Amino acid sequence: MSQNALVQKERKEELTPERMRNAPTFSPRVDICENDEELVLYADLPGVEPEDIDIRFERGELSIYGKCKPRHQGTHLLNEFEVGDFYRAFSIYEEVDADRISAELKNGVLTVHLPKSDAVKPKRISVKAS
Amino acid sequence: MLMSRWLPVSPWEEMAQFRREMNRLFDTFAQGWPTLAAAYPALNIWEDEEALYAEAELPGMELDELEIYVTGNDQLTIKGERKRSTDNNWTWHRQERGFGSFTRVVTLPLPVDADKIEAKFKNGVLTIRMPKTEAAKPRKITVTAN
Repeated sequence: MSQNALVQKERKEELTPERMRNAPTFSPRVDICENDEELVLYADLPGVEPEDIDIRFERGELSIYGKCKPRHQGTHLLNEFEVGDFYRAFSIYEEVDADRISAELKNGVLTVHLPKSDAVKPKRISVKAS
Repeated sequence: MLMSRWLPVSPWEEMAQFRREMNRLFDTFAQGWPTLAAAYPALNIWEDEEALYAEAELPGMELDELEIYVTGNDQLTIKGERKRSTDNNWTWHRQERGFGSFTRVVTLPLPVDADKIEAKFKNGVLTIRMPKTEAAKPRKITVTAN
């Protein structure tokens, strides 16, 4: 029974939590690219402060949550976009060195570096002349 | 297309969104040539008694890469170019963030003082404050009883 409870708990954790704040959540646009050393993810998170970003990497899943403070109060004359939080998650199939993941935020663009673990990095084998 | 966000996450919501967009497209055709083309950057404009404010999301840009000016007291122009994030030596898995140059011109609902415009850029959000001209400010009219 106890084992069953554990399984259920794990399942629950995998679900995306519901938000209590009545603000819309947007899916940010991202670029993802890769070279021999690392995977790099760029995400547009305009209006999010660095301390309001929550990045997690667990069980091969990278999730990004950015909380956006409400802005501008007054009489609206033109409304072409809404302000809200950002959330997006990715399954990463590469072997990533979780301890060396780093992230920076500049002018509303989040850059996440996911270095590959040594096991999957391509190795150059030098050929010796005999 | 240069956009910094789209609406959520669940496939049902995406399908509903798609249906709304198609409906909107056909509605605009029914009324004539569509004028609601997606202009970049999207703008929010609001006012208080003193000024008009415009806000745009321009992640990844710097303030000095943007050209912001008002001509004829009521034509606001925002110009700039967003550059590609990395060179071509990488393998790309996703490329959703747009790049390229853009110009947006909007007609403001009130005349503003073009010399006193202030622009602020923080965390990828541009905010422009445009003080209203004296003539456009609300005036309180006192009614005298005779």
